Amino acid sequence: MATIDTHQHGAPSTGPSTGFDSRPYHERYKAASHFRDREHEFDAVKMGVWLFLSTEVLLFSGMFVAYAVLRFLHPEAFVNGSHYLDRIPGLANTIVLLLSSYTIASAVRNAQLGQFGKLKLNLLITNLCAIAFLLIKFIFEYGPKIAQGKLPGKLFHYPGAHDPSEPLWWGIYWAATGIHATHVIGGIIMISWLLVRANKRHFGPTHYTAIEGVALYWHIVDIVWIFLFPLLYLIH
Amino acid sequence: MATPHTHDQHASHGHGHGGYDPHGSYLAAKGGMLTTIRDWATTIDHKKIGVMYLVAILFMFFLGGMFALAIRAEMAVPTTLQNGVIHGQLFQSGDDIAKGNNIYNRVFSLHGIIMVFLVIVPSVPASLGNFFLPLLIGAKDVAFPRLNLASWYIYLTGSVFAVIALVMGGVDTGWTFYVPYSTMTEEGHLKVVWMILAAFILGFSSIFTGLNFVVTVHKLRAPGMGWFDMPLFVWGIYATSIIQVLATPVIGITLLLLIFERLFNIGVFDPRMGGDPVLFQHFFWFYSHPVVYVMILPGMAIISEIIAVHSRKQIFGYRAVAFSSLAIAGIAFIVWGHHLFTSQGEVASVIFSALTFLVAIPTAVKVFNWITTLFRGSIALTTPMLYALGFLFTFSIGGLTGLFLGALSTDLHLHDTYFIVAHFHYVMMGGTIIAFIGGIHHWWPKMFGKMYNELGGKIGFWLVFVGFNLTFFPQFILGTQGMPRRYASYDIVNNPGFTFIHQLSTAGSGILALGMFVHLFVFLHSLVMGRKAAANPWGGLTFEWTHASSPPIEHNFEHEPVCTHGPYDYDDIVPANTKPGEFVLPTPSPAGARHH
Repeated sequence: MATIDTHQHGAPSTGPSTGFDSRPYHERYKAASHFRDREHEFDAVKMGVWLFLSTEVLLFSGMFVAYAVLRFLHPEAFVNGSHYLDRIPGLANTIVLLLSSYTIASAVRNAQLGQFGKLKLNLLITNLCAIAFLLIKFIFEYGPKIAQGKLPGKLFHYPGAHDPSEPLWWGIYWAATGIHATHVIGGIIMISWLLVRANKRHFGPTHYTAIEGVALYWHIVDIVWIFLFPLLYLIH
Repeated sequence: MATPHTHDQHASHGHGHGGYDPHGSYLAAKGGMLTTIRDWATTIDHKKIGVMYLVAILFMFFLGGMFALAIRAEMAVPTTLQNGVIHGQLFQSGDDIAKGNNIYNRVFSLHGIIMVFLVIVPSVPASLGNFFLPLLIGAKDVAFPRLNLASWYIYLTGSVFAVIALVMGGVDTGWTFYVPYSTMTEEGHLKVVWMILAAFILGFSSIFTGLNFVVTVHKLRAPGMGWFDMPLFVWGIYATSIIQVLATPVIGITLLLLIFERLFNIGVFDPRMGGDPVLFQHFFWFYSHPVVYVMILPGMAIISEIIAVHSRKQIFGYRAVAFSSLAIAGIAFIVWGHHLFTSQGEVASVIFSALTFLVAIPTAVKVFNWITTLFRGSIALTTPMLYALGFLFTFSIGGLTGLFLGALSTDLHLHDTYFIVAHFHYVMMGGTIIAFIGGIHHWWPKMFGKMYNELGGKIGFWLVFVGFNLTFFPQFILGTQGMPRRYASYDIVNNPGFTFIHQLSTAGSGILALGMFVHLFVFLHSLVMGRKAAANPWGGLTFEWTHASSPPIEHNFEHEPVCTHGPYDYDDIVPANTKPGEFVLPTPSPAGARHH
């Protein structure tokens, strides 16, 4: 009952001063005052992240339902459409994302074990993979498609279309991959934030909540791509 | 432990300007005007965020209400062309009736959009939920206070987007944004995109609030408080939050696709491109039907509190009421098809019709349990209690008329008439808003530390109750006689009966509005010159009454409360109207040995 320090937030603490605390941030770190301890806070944050991930899954499942319904209505357009997509950059991106999922999972492990150098390295590789994903996407896929006029809806002006419903296919392609790419950009911002904090030694065996949360998010971004890749590129 | 220590209220006000006082009221100013504004704008205190939501929501309610009065004014004297002369010129500019009708379309669309997305969806959870959920479970704050503040700013941003769309001329899509209204009207104009973006952004606010509450309920309950020791308000908000988290993402993707559709015509919902407009309706209602329960469950949650506290009785069938909230949340996800009876296949309609009737079961469980709770209770007819009784009356009408609409054969006749309008207003307004106002009165002394004027509150109630029924009951009759919804006019020559019924309804809306202004006046009066409230003016048994002062201190409780009795154990404990510090519990029964 007495574990909660009522003076913790609000004005700067005027409580008993113990002088400058020289321990690194992750050891000094105290949970927010409405939690019992760091573990309590970690559990709560993790639950919150999982709930957020369930909203992400539901967001993309709406996209997948739209894909399924429209594919059912226009199978030829979708079969045709998948022939337009280049599998090589698609596969390269799949590999890049899988690798990044491995490195960010390793980063969590590094933080738990206090391997600060490896932690930074793994986060850096993850971020480079994420950037590589976007570069491959834009240079080898979006770029040529924009040049050829393979665009959604009323922007579509590709002269060699085989099927009247092709603009619809491109609508689904651009919406699905675009929303996914937006999530990748969000991931890059968050991983960069982790890198800055890791550099300041904010994370360690007793405090790695943020890494765990971002890692879970990054796995979802990866898994969504694992579904998008076969649905868009591989199924004929 | 048994005698919670509560500090003297008067002392705390003395600290108001002298700097930070952790034992002072959360409302106490921490400095000059600028400091206070900055303090409120950056606060992560769930109580302040709740109060800010309350003010914003009531303002939006006023705005939406003004549009409602405009609708009623038009219908009382509809614009018609008789022998070359235009009658009733409310929305007219010159002789162009079509132009006036367009304005009418905007007015009812804005009424719907504001009332649904900016008022009813956030109403109870974001204001009273934010303020009282942590207090009721004995927590110092919600699980993620900064996310809570972010959620408030996201709500503000969404509101600003909606107001921008309004200033640009408003939208005429109806609140449902059905295609092709939302994709083809006024092509090239961006205001529909602004409005859809507003709804999209408000969705995030809703998700974050819901997520925050789910984690709070799971992780921050006071020591000794098991799941079945939680007050029923918490159960209701918990069920609501689950729906918010699980349904809102689907409207998120739907609105995104709708924006792409509007901007790039990607064709997903456009039959000319090979898309399917009915797909939009499925998507939209897969979110919006569950959200109907996001709107009503918190109202039910408030009613459970009010009825138990103001009749001083153990709630009848605690577990049944708690589980019925979860049952409603579950069924919410499998009945969306009853909004598509005219656009989906027949077999699907039959199945959805059957599923729809399931909703009646947990709802009736609640109503019967509330009524049974009242039986032999010592009922105090305070304003909150009057609202709870009013809720039982109006919500029952709203719920039962829903069955008419869930049955395929009667829906064929009543579909798209004023009967629908009357039905959902009896549920949304007669259910949620009535409960919301009752809840504000119930918790007003706790929130602001002042009593409201009881006579004023009762006058307000009767005006609202009579005005509400006079506004909407006639609309059932109009609907059965075939008056379609959303029409700017009707044939007053061949249907003179319609005019009278419409005018009754319009008269009711005036009385209703008057009642609302009485409440507003009573609240302002209370803030300025209200009597100081005791910590426990109603003799409640939940933490916010027994362990927190009125208004609560910044950290809610002087000492972390421990749950020693059920939330409604009035059979064992008879609390008096106590001053802070005088509340005494009898020897606590051991945890688990409680009545429910």
